[in-house]
Order: sequence, then structure tokens, then C-alpha cells
Amino acid sequence: MSKYLVDKFLYTVDRDAELVERYRDDPRGTVAWWEAERANAVLNCHTGEASTWLRFTDAEREALAEHDYVALFGLGAHPFLTLTLFIAMFERDHTEPLGFQKQYAVRLAHFDLPYPDIAT
Amino acid sequence: MATVVAVIASTHHPFYYRASTATGEDRPPFADEWVRKILAFRETLTRANPDVLVMVGSDHFHQLWLDNMPQFLIGKAPFYDANWYNEEREFGLPRMLLRGQEELSGHLLREGLDAGFDLAFSNELRIDHSITCPIITLRPEADLPIVPIYTNIFAPPLPQPKRFVQLGRTIRELVESWPSHLRVAIIGTGHLSLELGGPRQFGPHGPDPEFDRKAVEWIATGDLDRCLAEVTLDSLHAPGNATHGFMDFMLMMGVAGAGAKADHVDTLDLFHTMEAYFTWYPNGALAA
Repeated sequence: MSKYLVDKFLYTVDRDAELVERYRDDPRGTVAWWEAERANAVLNCHTGEASTWLRFTDAEREALAEHDYVALFGLGAHPFLTLTLFIAMFERDHTEPLGFQKQYAVRLAHFDLPYPDIAT
Repeated sequence: MATVVAVIASTHHPFYYRASTATGEDRPPFADEWVRKILAFRETLTRANPDVLVMVGSDHFHQLWLDNMPQFLIGKAPFYDANWYNEEREFGLPRMLLRGQEELSGHLLREGLDAGFDLAFSNELRIDHSITCPIITLRPEADLPIVPIYTNIFAPPLPQPKRFVQLGRTIRELVESWPSHLRVAIIGTGHLSLELGGPRQFGPHGPDPEFDRKAVEWIATGDLDRCLAEVTLDSLHAPGNATHGFMDFMLMMGVAGAGAKADHVDTLDLFHTMEAYFTWYPNGALAA
């Protein structure tokens, strides 16, 4: 059920330049803060309207806190969201063009079809 | 009644803008060939001399989100801001402002509902690279009013492939029933085989060249029967995890019509995807 919340984390961080850097520099702290302060905001509503029940599973929280995109793929996080955010954080660390993206593919090479379900 | 002067389908590779404007050591080796193909493709729209562009694309989790995801949505606004922070960041895309054609938006929305499509609409749509990339490639002046139409090829559950074809047919009929003297081009972008965020991404070619070959043949010849016989929501996982964007190509086949052979067909085998470009002239008079 909380696969949606993992996607929401990736989505909201990816749209905010400050959050992208904060998540790169302090992943565990950012995940904890986000789950406590931001997770249950109902999008497009004024403040004061929030979900009372959304939270990560332990496996989801740990995958996000470890920047573990392989685990996120296995958990069914939306691959476009994961890829886009992780490119923003880590492409800069590679000198070869598309070096990060190719490494990403190699680390996922043990996955075969059918891939984990991304439906939320 | 309005005239459909061109039907155009293409991929929407967001790297084109950066590749085509790069110079010196930053210019990739494939850029010149890509630019030549795009200039020829652009001429197919220029020759049709349109007044209005109906633009079919798909939001990439920019404006539309899983809290409230429409399957098919029409923009109905006087202007559209375009491109997003993370598209500037990743692809170097410029911020853009495009004019809307509210009257045609309203016509497609009202008549589309009556034709059996429960269309969503937005008065505050900010569009992304699925629509701005074909503006950059086909109409870089960005001087024509647009009607954006978004489809969900991205957030399952998705509509069935045949529904995309039906919507394409309906869009064509509704544009042609629009009481206007204006010349309309209908442009849509999708994908051939494509993998993003998975083990087959960013290989030396697209993840499934055989699918790409068949798909280009279906589109170029208007072979909707074979395409619909072979493509299902399940089958589209096999050529790559982002290949459901092919359904926007199927929508454009619906616009062009069953059996309609494309007047312009071109492809470019890039490092991780096959680019493909198609133009139909419905009245035939403009064929090169």
C-alpha cells in the first residue's frame, strides 16, 4: 500500500532543487524529516488537510535512506521517478557521458521480466 | 469546417535540444545527422502552412500525479507555460510560453465527452517535454496556438491500446467538424522500444530493435489491424519498461486513419533508442 508514498517521496524531492541536495547529502535524515513533516500533505490542498495513515514500510524507509535504487526497483517504485532523481544526485560524480546511467543498468542486470509491478 | 492539413507523429527525445545546440567538444558525433533529419521533418510541417497545432503528449509526473491521475486530458487555457525545473536540470530545456486555442479546446472537450470519452480538462496546465520537444523540432518559432492533449502511458492502470486508436479517430473527426476556416496540424509524440530506470536502459541501441522495425512498418503503412493484433498492455512490457508510450503512436495512427500510408518516414538509430518521424498529408496535395 505504501508504494504510493515511496513514489511521492521521489516525486516531491525531484521537483525541489534544495531537497535534491539535502537528500544527496543527508539521505537518512531527509527521509526521516520528510516522513514526519511532509509525507501526509494532501497535494493541492491548503495546509491543515493531511492523511492520517500513510507511512513507509521498514524496507521502503531503509531503501530510501541508503540511496538503494536497486532495492527501490525491487519494491516497485516507479522507475522513471527513481532514475530521474538519482541522475540529479549522482550523474555529476561520473566523468564518462551516461556513466551513471550505464552503471545503474548494470546493477539492475539480475532482474528479468516480469519486472516488479509498479502499479500503485 | 476546419481542415486537417498534416498529421505528424514522432518521438520526443529530450536530448535533441542540447545536442543540436552544442558546439566544439560538447557536440556529440550524431548531432549533425540528427539535425539534418529534423530539418527535413520540420519542412513537412512548414509546407502544410498550419494555423493551429493540436499536440498529443504525455505528462512525465510533472503536473499530473498519482493523487488524481486522468487517463485523457485536454488543456483549455489561453496560454501554457512550459518545461519544468527538472527538465532544465537534466536536459537543458528552455522555459517556454505557448499560446492556447481555447475555442478548439472547448470544441474537442464538449464534443469528445459527447462522443463517449470521459475527458478531464485543465485550465492551468503547464506542459512538459512531450509537447515542447516537437515544438523545438518542428516549429521552433513557437508562434502557433496549440491545443494540448495528454494521455496516460505512464501510471498504471492504463487504458487499452484500442482506446488510444479510438481517441485518435475521434480527434480527427472532431477537428474536421470544428466550425472554423483554420488549417490544423495534429501532432503527437510517443516512443518505440524504450527502457528507463531498468536493466536494459542506455544500451548501444534501443532495447528491442525487432519491435522497432515492426512498429515503424505498422505506422508507415497504417497497418492498424496487425498493430492491434500484436500489441497489448502486457506485451508492451517486453520491448522495454517505457514502451507503453507506443500507444501515443497508435493514437496518431488512429488520427491518420487505417491503411493511410505516411508521406514522410524517417528514423535514426541513437545510442539507446530509435528515433522515428512520420508525416501524413490527409488531402494528398502536399505530398513531396
